[in-house]
Amino acid sequence: MTATRIELASRRDFLGGLFSAGALLFAAGTIPADAFAATEVSKTTWNPNLWIGLNSDGSVIIVTHRSEMGTGIRTSLPMVVADEMEADWSRVRIEQALGDTKYGSQNTDGSCSIRDFYDIMRETGATARLMLQRAAAAQWNVPVSECKASVHQVIHTPSGKKLGYGELASAAARQPLPKKEEVVLKPASEFRYIGKGVPSYDLKAMCTGKGIYGYDAQVPGMVYASIERSPVLGGKMKTFDDSAALKVAGVKQTVVMESAQPPYGFQALGGVAVIADNTWAASQGRKKLKIEWETGPHAIFSSDTYKKEMIETASKPQRVVRSLGDVDASFGSAAKLVEASYYTPLLAHAPMEPPAALAHFRDGKVEIWTATQNPQAVLTTVSAALGIKPEDVICHVTLLGGGFGRKSKPDYVAEAAILSKKLGKPVKVSWTREEDIRFDYFHATSAMYFKAGLDAAGKPQSWLQRTVYPPIGSIFDAKEQYGTGELSLGFLDMPFDVPNMRAENGPAEAHLRIGWLRSVANIYHAFGIQSFIDELAHASGKDPVEYWLAALGEPRTIDLGKQNAKYGNYGKPIDAYPLDTGRLRRVVEVVAERSGWANKKPGNGRAWGFAAHRSFLTYVAAVVEVEVDKAGKVRIPRVDIAVDCGSVIHPDRVKSQFEGAAVFGTSVAMLGEITAADGRVQQDNFSTYPVARINESPYETHIHLVPSEGLPTGAGEPGVPPMAPAIANAIFAATGKRIRELPIRKTKLV
Amino acid sequence: MIRLNVNGKSRDYQGDPEMPLLWYLRDVLELTGSKFGCGMGLCGACTVHVNGEATRSCLTSMQSLAGKEIVTIEGLSPHGDHPLQLAWEHHNVPQCGYCQSGQIMQAAALLKTKPKPGDQEIDAAMQGNICRCGTYQRIRAAIKTAAGIEVKA
Repeated sequence: MTATRIELASRRDFLGGLFSAGALLFAAGTIPADAFAATEVSKTTWNPNLWIGLNSDGSVIIVTHRSEMGTGIRTSLPMVVADEMEADWSRVRIEQALGDTKYGSQNTDGSCSIRDFYDIMRETGATARLMLQRAAAAQWNVPVSECKASVHQVIHTPSGKKLGYGELASAAARQPLPKKEEVVLKPASEFRYIGKGVPSYDLKAMCTGKGIYGYDAQVPGMVYASIERSPVLGGKMKTFDDSAALKVAGVKQTVVMESAQPPYGFQALGGVAVIADNTWAASQGRKKLKIEWETGPHAIFSSDTYKKEMIETASKPQRVVRSLGDVDASFGSAAKLVEASYYTPLLAHAPMEPPAALAHFRDGKVEIWTATQNPQAVLTTVSAALGIKPEDVICHVTLLGGGFGRKSKPDYVAEAAILSKKLGKPVKVSWTREEDIRFDYFHATSAMYFKAGLDAAGKPQSWLQRTVYPPIGSIFDAKEQYGTGELSLGFLDMPFDVPNMRAENGPAEAHLRIGWLRSVANIYHAFGIQSFIDELAHASGKDPVEYWLAALGEPRTIDLGKQNAKYGNYGKPIDAYPLDTGRLRRVVEVVAERSGWANKKPGNGRAWGFAAHRSFLTYVAAVVEVEVDKAGKVRIPRVDIAVDCGSVIHPDRVKSQFEGAAVFGTSVAMLGEITAADGRVQQDNFSTYPVARINESPYETHIHLVPSEGLPTGAGEPGVPPMAPAIANAIFAATGKRIRELPIRKTKLV
Repeated sequence: MIRLNVNGKSRDYQGDPEMPLLWYLRDVLELTGSKFGCGMGLCGACTVHVNGEATRSCLTSMQSLAGKEIVTIEGLSPHGDHPLQLAWEHHNVPQCGYCQSGQIMQAAALLKTKPKPGDQEIDAAMQGNICRCGTYQRIRAAIKTAAGIEVKA
């Protein structure tokens, strides 16, 4: 057995023992887990057994239910528990939860882990702390108020007597669970870790090659599968010949997998799997398959034609999704009219680790090890695919080698499970990069149209915006051509104070699987809106930041309900997380000051661009410096990003998310494009789908966290949307070339 | 049969001579620290040292390795305390961590030939290694720290 196997086996044993018996926690385990069984997030608060284990040797186990794909969440949430519990971080071990609804949502997506679970983790830790204090008080026969918990021990303050957490474990476990109102959270002044941070729990493993990802999962007796899928979505196999494939050394057999039916959801796509002794043999065998496909209705899809159709749709009136005043009348009285259209292409996620899953079906149950953002979707998807109950699917979550939304769609996990059931042995499905890019759930392409009427002073008095994109909803309802979720991602919430405003949304049919990618529709909506406001500033001869702030208007909260808009606000109540233009203004002022915006003088191909955007309830403003050389090559020497994401739990990991978003946003702006012809995706690897490398990325990115005591909001995604427009606006300032289409590499700049 | 040395241990290989080293390391020896990212030498996630040189193991066939010495991330230092690994920890470089084995192996080869690399030398050496999380700024800082070059905050 290797280290890989031991780790997986021990994790399985631990979690199996822990959660099937439900009794290990607080050592003596007198709290029956069933007493606190709950499926709703709010109810899980009162189940410290679910989250914390304390052994008599003082070691603490904290369960984390969110997936680690690079945000550091596997560290940050347990760190919150440890802080409130007064546990010594060096004595904490983190265990990754299995997929299970008892944890509340595990879908690590939408930049919501901290904002949805911060309070619950605090209450959980504080509950454990109180139980330890009470146990000590009972032992000393003194009032609880005289017992203070501090760094893994309880101290009787009048006498100075101390009891370690390990010594108290068994007695604490027999304490009745405190009522919610009895639990007192720490004041911020007493935080040890919250707001300060600890090194990532997986740091050492990641620097020594010991971290286990989905691609690394191994169990004895497993075989490797590589699957040939229809090159066109929804294609069916007509004929196949595996004779050459079966001659490849190491290939054992082939398995025909049923084609998925629309809507595709998270279903396995189907195709022909080649089963082999190792990954290499499986992929070599797959290349030798001869398959004829009946390609079906999506074979008509060509991204060039489709682009023209989308731009045409965006040029015409469409359904109104937000309306204020009378835009058309106001256009008639404008001193100046400005129009612009923008286009963004399909994008692939391309996480460094392509999709991979290991499944072992036996005795009517299937055990899975995979890199997933959404283990509960694994349970539902796999159980539906195998015709078994969700509770008969056991999903172990490994580290994820990047996710960006791709790994919340467990089609690849269903593939491994289907094959394991057919073969009766453990099967690992490992996608190649080519499969990852060709069979992605693509970020939608979009076409947008804008028109503004300016008064004599250059201020916008009327504003029309249209957006067209194939909707994500099409993977769940094949007829869907509008999609409402996307509208709440940076479109309905256009923040400028324009008295006459109309937002429209046109239809587009999907021919590929469309899915959410880091910051989702905010990518194109921010590109359109933040480019257009820059165009208006230049049309009016004003400084872009000054013009932007003037257009934003006085600090206020925007009530989109009064403008007939159904705004989602990232699933959060608008009164608790309002659309606050004062906070948006503040990040703009901070980034302008920290970047030295007012003193910048463009020249010699060097210039600065600006954009600001609220997404995932977080306010972000960016200033990007570009240098465009005589050959038209773009360099990004510096990026400044100001962020207001409410209270910051782990500052270094928040900063790292925004540093990374600056690079991800650079890939989106400069490089990324998926195209298709005859329904077939034309890119397949980093040669044809380039992403930003070290020499193409911002040389230095400075993150300025705006102090806030507000509710924590999102951090993983909101850094991405301002990047493309800020880069494009900088390039305009440097070269006079207005970028209205991504990626920028397609525009000749000199 | 092909005899090679992996992390100081002599190994005999008798399988498909065209199989790339990466799959021998991962699937046969179960050394999963070297990662698959592209299979085309485009991303650097699979980088190991072959006779001391940074090499893309996804493109290096087993038949080319007779008598060669292979070092993977698992064998870079006995206790995971190579100056680069310590610098990586100091700067909290990894996000998802998947590409970092390859990044560290590439950087280790760089420092052998250029103990005090400048920005351009770092960019030139590291541009074959993709990090989709975008940790490049910290990678650059960590290489400088490991090389004893002062890094501005």
